[in-house]
Amino acid sequence: MANKATIITDPDPIFGKLTWDSIPFHDPVILTVILVVIMVGGGVFGAILYYGKLRYLWDEWLTSVDHKKIGIMYIIAAFIMLIRGFSDALLMRSQQALAVSDTTGVGYLPPEHYDQIFTAHGVIMIFFVAMPLVVGLMNLVVPLQIGARDVAFPFLNSLSFWLFVVGAMLVNASLIVGEFASTGWLAYPPLSGLEYSPWVGVDYWLWALQISGIGTLLSGINFFVTIIRMRAPGMTLMKMPIFTWTSLSANVLIILAFPILTVTITLLTLDRYVGTNFFTNDMGGNQMMYVNLIWAWGHPEVYILILPAFGIFSEVTATFSRKRLFGYTSFIWATVCIMFLSFIVWLHHFFTMGAGASVNAFFGIATMIISIPTGVKIFNWLFTMYKGRVTFDAPMWWTCSFIITFTIGGMTGVMLAIPAANFVLHNSLFLVAHFHNVIIGGALFGYFAGITYWFPKATGFKLDEKLGKWACALWTIGFFMAFMPLYVLGFMGMTRRLNYYDNPAWNDWLLVAGAGALVVMVAIGVQLYQIFASIRDRKLNMDVTGDPWNGRTLEWTTSSPPPFYNFARIPEVKDRDQLAYLKYHNLAFQQPDKYNRIHMPKSTWAGITIAVLSGIMGFAMVWHIWWLAIVSTVAMVGCFIAYNFEKEKDFYVEVDEVEAIENAYFKRMNERPATETNNAPASGATLPIQA
Amino acid sequence: MAISDMTIAPEAGYDGFAKEEHHHDYAGDTLLGFWIYIMSDCILFATLFATYAVLGTGFAGGITPKDLFDLNFVAVETALLLFSSFTFGMAMLGAQAKDESRLFKWLGVTFLLGLAFLCMEMYEFYHFSSEGAGPTTSAYWSAFYALVATHGLHVFAGMCWMIILVIHIKRDGITEENHTRLACLSLFWHFLDIIWICVFSMVYLMGVM
Amino acid sequence: MAIPTIGWSDYLLFDPKGPIAAQQMDLIIWSFLIMMIVVIPVIGMTIWFSVSYSAKKERGDYDPHWEHSNPIEIVVWSIPLLIIIALGIITYKTSFSLDPRQPIQSEKPTMRIQVVAMDWKWLFIYPEQEIATVNELAFPVDTPVEFLITSDTVMNSFFVPQLGSMIYAMAGMENQLHLIADKAGTFRGMSAHYSGFGFSGMKFKAHSQTDQDFETWVNKVKASPTTLSPEVYKQLSVKSKDNKIAHYSSVNPLMFNRIIEKYTGVQNGQ
Repeated sequence: MANKATIITDPDPIFGKLTWDSIPFHDPVILTVILVVIMVGGGVFGAILYYGKLRYLWDEWLTSVDHKKIGIMYIIAAFIMLIRGFSDALLMRSQQALAVSDTTGVGYLPPEHYDQIFTAHGVIMIFFVAMPLVVGLMNLVVPLQIGARDVAFPFLNSLSFWLFVVGAMLVNASLIVGEFASTGWLAYPPLSGLEYSPWVGVDYWLWALQISGIGTLLSGINFFVTIIRMRAPGMTLMKMPIFTWTSLSANVLIILAFPILTVTITLLTLDRYVGTNFFTNDMGGNQMMYVNLIWAWGHPEVYILILPAFGIFSEVTATFSRKRLFGYTSFIWATVCIMFLSFIVWLHHFFTMGAGASVNAFFGIATMIISIPTGVKIFNWLFTMYKGRVTFDAPMWWTCSFIITFTIGGMTGVMLAIPAANFVLHNSLFLVAHFHNVIIGGALFGYFAGITYWFPKATGFKLDEKLGKWACALWTIGFFMAFMPLYVLGFMGMTRRLNYYDNPAWNDWLLVAGAGALVVMVAIGVQLYQIFASIRDRKLNMDVTGDPWNGRTLEWTTSSPPPFYNFARIPEVKDRDQLAYLKYHNLAFQQPDKYNRIHMPKSTWAGITIAVLSGIMGFAMVWHIWWLAIVSTVAMVGCFIAYNFEKEKDFYVEVDEVEAIENAYFKRMNERPATETNNAPASGATLPIQA
Repeated sequence: MAISDMTIAPEAGYDGFAKEEHHHDYAGDTLLGFWIYIMSDCILFATLFATYAVLGTGFAGGITPKDLFDLNFVAVETALLLFSSFTFGMAMLGAQAKDESRLFKWLGVTFLLGLAFLCMEMYEFYHFSSEGAGPTTSAYWSAFYALVATHGLHVFAGMCWMIILVIHIKRDGITEENHTRLACLSLFWHFLDIIWICVFSMVYLMGVM
Repeated sequence: MAIPTIGWSDYLLFDPKGPIAAQQMDLIIWSFLIMMIVVIPVIGMTIWFSVSYSAKKERGDYDPHWEHSNPIEIVVWSIPLLIIIALGIITYKTSFSLDPRQPIQSEKPTMRIQVVAMDWKWLFIYPEQEIATVNELAFPVDTPVEFLITSDTVMNSFFVPQLGSMIYAMAGMENQLHLIADKAGTFRGMSAHYSGFGFSGMKFKAHSQTDQDFETWVNKVKASPTTLSPEVYKQLSVKSKDNKIAHYSSVNPLMFNRIIEKYTGVQNGQ
């Protein structure tokens, strides 16, 4: 831990600041984690070797530029990081449930450990769970929804994914070698500066976020160009599916916001590595500048997380209400408004910094204005259900839970937006409850709905319905049990990030919150079991036609999973909800009269290799191993240039191969038993194909 | 009650598929993608400018830009860079005419102008540092170096790119792919010019006022 | 607004001991009630529509093409708009009326207390009385207090919930916060911004006292054997957790300014 580590004044030229002391052998918890990681990791790698799957893994997944595979990998990685981030949450809840005292030294987590845990919890959940779920779902779905065969820049897509993985690996490495930041997830200086955080924790934070941030920015550019330029003919912007629209907005936000993060992290890096004075207490540094910059990124970031979730709910509600989305046009306008307005509200994250009444009033009012288009969307979904015929499959369960949960969270957000009220609520557990309310109830439930909805498209079989509903119920109950007490505690005057507290009246509520966390743990367990059981029972839930939910948009016109080229023939789009249109005019699921050669990109070694080198560079920079940092940077650039010199980056799929794949798909579809109902929505009567 | 126009039947012969698949314009994708990257780079520089503006009086009692900036020196730097944009334009004309030697000649001149600019900038940094104005001197100078050196690093990257691109063209000629690469580099180079004009105005001109 | 008393004293935000906190409590309550205008119908409609329009019911009014309605659009845009206009006006007014820098009108003269956030305790300097304390604050009832707040370390936040607003404590800067108590008592004070390993122990007591009791308290502090000399201050600056209350019988009234100037003084050219 930092208080026992020394600032090495004479770093070794070969190993930098890295010594055997950097590994926390004395800490039994971490030692256990290291052993488990070695055993599980070793076991998995051993199994891969034993079954001879290394080649397959490299050829089909690690070097893949297929957006569908990349999407699946993002989601798997996000789930793994969810377990780590949630373990941090359990540690925090249990420490707080135990730690009633006047002085430090209660509970089982000293502040030197606890403070790293809440920092890691925030960083992991936002950057390495929520973001990859968003980007993963966009990867999986957007090209299919717009009738494209891949994204605009497949190599960059692969690179983006592996850069994200490297960022996550750096955060995980900090657990084993060194320490993580103990500054809070946004690492405000001067606490995160060299004087107050001398060891490597903040450096891990800097490099993990910088590297994965570049990946995200590249994704933003990639998807923006994909959506603008690769839509099927006839699909005007106003005929795009809603999820694609919200993805477009989120990507614009990524493009505009992430460079701010890049600069801010760079400035803090310069302060720590070079001794500049951007955010130091003295020599003219200005910590308020950091707070402004980081939130100028931070606020658009939360809209990046929530807008695609709104898109998912729109798709799900329309499909399961058997009806077009109510108010498509106003929904789009509301989304675009939110996109622009999200750049003029950032100060509401620090009303209490002392900007003054006029500034606070402006940002408070702007924040309230942005709540209007956000709130209107809820009515879009409700009125889609109105006069619809709603079946309550698991995605619809998540949607209904979301509407209720998110509305409460939005309400508390508007309360916080009043500066004068914020002066007593800021940094309290009321605030913590609010943002968890909107992120879990809004974003996370949206991603779960999306994963459930598009899982059959990705894999060819549905997730177990019953377990899915159990997961939703447990998550909802667990969420309310864990976070409603936090609203109450905010009113009781409890602030955030406390390691111990002397007010026993708070303890009761913290125990309830702890119990809620345990319910969520059961919910996550159910979800993991659901994946296992669904794979085990997949033959019972096969999606033979590619349209398991009686869907309305183009992704459901392919097989499940789609062929690697997505569409044998590019569709021509006549209407929004194109598949519903085809169904209405009896043109759906027809085999085309002829096929063409298809142009596809090749897999490449370059994405994963460049990313791994960036990880080595990041690790070397954290530990001040300068020679390694230089070598890996040069190698990265060299690999990038070498990749650009490659001649054959793409190939053609011949007509006969396409024909064989398509014939097999239509054969499976036409031969499915007439009594088979697994393509009908799970509950409620089957309707004739109807728009 | 507005009814959707889904009920309107499609024209005869419509089978849901596009009749022909037009050859996709990959070059257009790359160019748009690069434009968007430039926009993100704009935000990057805007953030650095904002930081510079906020820290603009953070001299911490130390040396100020008024004492050090030499506008004549900066004027020469500016002329070099602006002229290099012109020479790059000439290079692009050579590329359009598929005239490799013209392209290489003008690209070479551009490279040398960029190199001269960078040498002057590095000399300026060295001179400032030895006068006591290094990046660690005060918040103002931290901001100065962050902004100006980021621009310089971009110029350096552009120059490296020029070399790589010349190798590409020597190997394959002025193919569509290489032409797209040239177009992107051209955008990049002109963009850096525009950024420099902002640097010149906001940092140097306003610094001595 | 009448508040039920049982157990409420634990709810510091609903147990205001001064007019500022009282107004902030009202803001919280009113904004909550106004937002209920939207929240309750939304939750109601979710449940109602889910039940009524379930496919199992096979209602006859199923209308798959219906996707637009001007009256509904007007209602769903304008009701939130009206609510936000109302809240916006409240926001604007209270941003000014409850601005921490706003002095408090009173017949009694404003008392000044200087606050320094340290690792990990609070130092309170009384420039008029020339005394100082660690982790204990006292002031007379019904007397406006002007807190001048800075930090000699990282960012913190000075917060006494029952008096009202918090504000950040930042090195090299002075933030002003005006508060006033209208009831006597001892209130909980804390730092509301995470500042390092000893952060949880940055608690202090804030005593609101009658004028007489305050006199007594000042005299008690003045009787302390320790003074806040520069050497003592240097010792105090060393990182420590869970500091006990300390009294200093005398302090240089310029000490607060010196602490700020360490970071931005004339010698630093600001």
